[in-house]
Amino acid sequence: MSAALLVAGGICKRYGAIQACRDISFEIEEGEALAIVGESGSGKTTLLNLIAGLTAPDAGEVRYRLRDGAVRDLSSLSEAERRALMRTDWGFVHQDAARGLRMNVSAGGNIGERLMALGDRHYGRIRAAAARWLERVEIPADRLDDAPWTYSGGMRQRLQIARNLVTSPRLVFMDEPTGGLDVSVQARLLDLIRGLIAEMGLAVVLVTHDLAVARLLSNRILVMKGGEVIESGLTDRVLDDPQTPYAQLLVSSVLAV
Amino acid sequence: MTTRAYNFAYLDEQTKRMIRRAILKAIAIPGYQVPFASREMPMPYGWGTGGVQVTASILGPDDVLKVIDQGADDTTNAVSIRAFFVRTAGVRTTTDTSEATIIQTRHRVPETPLSEGQILVYQVPIPEPLRYLEPRETETRTMHALGEYGVMHVKLYEDISRHGHIATTYAYPARVAGRYIMDPSPIPKFDNPKLDDCPALQLFGAGREKRIYAIPPHTRVVPLDFEDHPFERTKFDSACALCGATDSYLDEVVTDDAGGRLFVCSDTDYCEKRQAAKRKDAAE
Amino acid sequence: MYVAVKGGERAIRNAHALLADRRRGNRDTPEVTTAQIDEQLALAVDRVMSEGSLYDRGIAALAIKQARGDLIEAIFLVRAYRTTLPRFGFAEPIDTAAMTLSRRVSATYKDLPGGQVLGPTFDYSHRLIDFGLETEDAPAPTAPTATAASGAQGPSPRVTDLIARDDLIERELAPKPGAPVSDITRDALAFPAARDARLQNLARADEGFLLGLAYSTQRGYGRTHPFVGEIRFGEAAVEMFIDDLGFAVSIGDIALTECQMVNQFTDGDGRPARFTRGYGLAFGQSERKAMSMALVDRALRADEFGEEHKGPAQDEEFVLSHSDNVQATGFVEHLKLPHYVDFQAELALLRQLRRDGGAVAEAAE
Repeated sequence: MSAALLVAGGICKRYGAIQACRDISFEIEEGEALAIVGESGSGKTTLLNLIAGLTAPDAGEVRYRLRDGAVRDLSSLSEAERRALMRTDWGFVHQDAARGLRMNVSAGGNIGERLMALGDRHYGRIRAAAARWLERVEIPADRLDDAPWTYSGGMRQRLQIARNLVTSPRLVFMDEPTGGLDVSVQARLLDLIRGLIAEMGLAVVLVTHDLAVARLLSNRILVMKGGEVIESGLTDRVLDDPQTPYAQLLVSSVLAV
Repeated sequence: MTTRAYNFAYLDEQTKRMIRRAILKAIAIPGYQVPFASREMPMPYGWGTGGVQVTASILGPDDVLKVIDQGADDTTNAVSIRAFFVRTAGVRTTTDTSEATIIQTRHRVPETPLSEGQILVYQVPIPEPLRYLEPRETETRTMHALGEYGVMHVKLYEDISRHGHIATTYAYPARVAGRYIMDPSPIPKFDNPKLDDCPALQLFGAGREKRIYAIPPHTRVVPLDFEDHPFERTKFDSACALCGATDSYLDEVVTDDAGGRLFVCSDTDYCEKRQAAKRKDAAE
Repeated sequence: MYVAVKGGERAIRNAHALLADRRRGNRDTPEVTTAQIDEQLALAVDRVMSEGSLYDRGIAALAIKQARGDLIEAIFLVRAYRTTLPRFGFAEPIDTAAMTLSRRVSATYKDLPGGQVLGPTFDYSHRLIDFGLETEDAPAPTAPTATAASGAQGPSPRVTDLIARDDLIERELAPKPGAPVSDITRDALAFPAARDARLQNLARADEGFLLGLAYSTQRGYGRTHPFVGEIRFGEAAVEMFIDDLGFAVSIGDIALTECQMVNQFTDGDGRPARFTRGYGLAFGQSERKAMSMALVDRALRADEFGEEHKGPAQDEEFVLSHSDNVQATGFVEHLKLPHYVDFQAELALLRQLRRDGGAVAEAAE
């Protein structure tokens, strides 16, 4: 059995009187996709930000196994180490693509930035790598020099994904990656993401309120409510046979089409 | 109101000490922008107060001072700054680059190669090379500390994808001693190679932005570029109309409103010396 | 034959002479005296002192005369002069509760100890140009009698202290005795800025800049629900602790305008809800400045209270980096300086791009 990639233990976070996360623990293995689902206010986005090291927990710890095998407590990382991790081993796909892209920089520049940050100094090779990734996320090649403010919502998300995956990260955080997109656009995007996860053996932590997205993309699922994990387990099992009343309510509330 | 006597070179000794401490720190960390408490000077911010404060702090009674703007000794701001030091320090001034011990400059590096023992003081409007990519000081400070300069190359990448060339023609960013990336002030990129391995000490003063940085003598200064789009010096199609130089930076002068123009050396001292040499040759 | 342009020095000398001539203007018109400026254009003097960061009416009036009425130019003169002055040390914090009040108003209470004292204000005047002021031979206004003007001032506690008595407003905590005070004229401002550095920056900030930002907060770009708790204008003593004596002595009185804003209440960290505050202080009678400063001070505390950023007035780096009008005018006006060397570089590139573009088009044909 492979050692866990990321381990969260006893994570707590409060904002004023609100307990956003209450004693949450779980593990993620390499190549595993975990969905965190819940309604708004369940604490799922807070949890994502905590395990991605964007905010610090009030209690508990998050440990991550680096490429060299060393296991580090995220709160012990220096700013330099954290940023380096964000640029190489991790990805973060935001719900709003504008937050995860440089809107006024061309697609090529957006995708190439991580490569340039890591020391790549050959324009032709950087451009070629960016072009390959554009193709891989199914954006027409002639859009390479266009800036994402000229892109549609779905294309911006694809670009954001390419920008994150160009350094072959091992763990990708996704916050409602298909939120706000048209249904048909969502479907194609989900298909793309599923393919990339399989091809690249990515570990994924995915936050979504949409059970269908969780079903399609994840192996395991955490159901959250009021800052707590109500139920967890294999995605198919939890969605087909929810054990807790809240999970049952959530599953039955989804309109069957 | 009685007229007051000013200290030598206007600044009080405490202030000079503070600025010299900043200069020493800057020399110890080549290319790193050292914050300093810039003083209100009698000329406006943006008009050379940083350069003036650096010069005032290192000036001694035996120094010989040259001040140029756009390469010329006679442009109005250079005249004004030179007059300021004559008034407040009484130092000898010169237009001869090789005679000067301290040269304060705006936007040009002299054509005449500098030697050990000389100090070149640059006037800097915006010291932060990342400023137009990232307006926040808190963020750029972190980027320098972590050596996170990817965004600079993104800008150069964009230039090439849009224009086929890197589109920065002045204030061309360079890496100093393999570590910090700096803005060499708005000198034309033509002058960038002169900063590399220069025998003179180069000091950079930004008064309004309150930063001092430095390049110690004989330091590597390498302009940013791509392997397949290397840094290129500007080339001129013509020679100087007055002295015939083909290796100096030329100013374009409009001679009539029918499109007539000619090119003359921006460095007036260099040009005049060459003209004098030509006259001498012709006379012999 | 082209001859390189020379004569910069002569041009500058001539420009200065022309300036001196224009400053004096028509020789038949009496020369304005600094005393006239100090007395009759007092509010201009107040502004120049505040933004020049120097309380000296004579210097400020002289600067205004030398600057031909350009107040930012005058502020620049005062700042440059201030730099040359020897520094003796810091005064004790001024006790504005002990001010001799010429004016004191509060919007939060109809009446309060010490009363509402209108004082000399434009507030309720009708803005009709008074042509009687055109000539100097109109009879001088009679000075108001002592009881009406300065008044036998009863105790006038600060409104914020009154509200604080019921613990309904956040308290301004005094720093520990001996704690170092920032001095933005000595140390470069760093972000995030300490409160004392921030207030210093705002105190010398351009009135127009702060006014615009303050106005923007009232229109939704970072609303703070402000009430004027109190504006007081009057004279306060400046005291300095003298080591040799072992106690503080008064070194003089200065005129000050202080504005305390009472802002939106908030709770947090388990503490009960309280009103929050914004603070403004200026030399002389400078209410617009003190009020704008107080509004912007409170807006800049957005992060302290976890408030969403809705406008530039809440952005500390933006506000504090661009508030100094001497710096601002220096950089804006520096564009007048020669930039032809850099422009030449741009021209060269542009011409090259045109040539390359033309070459590509030709190759395509």
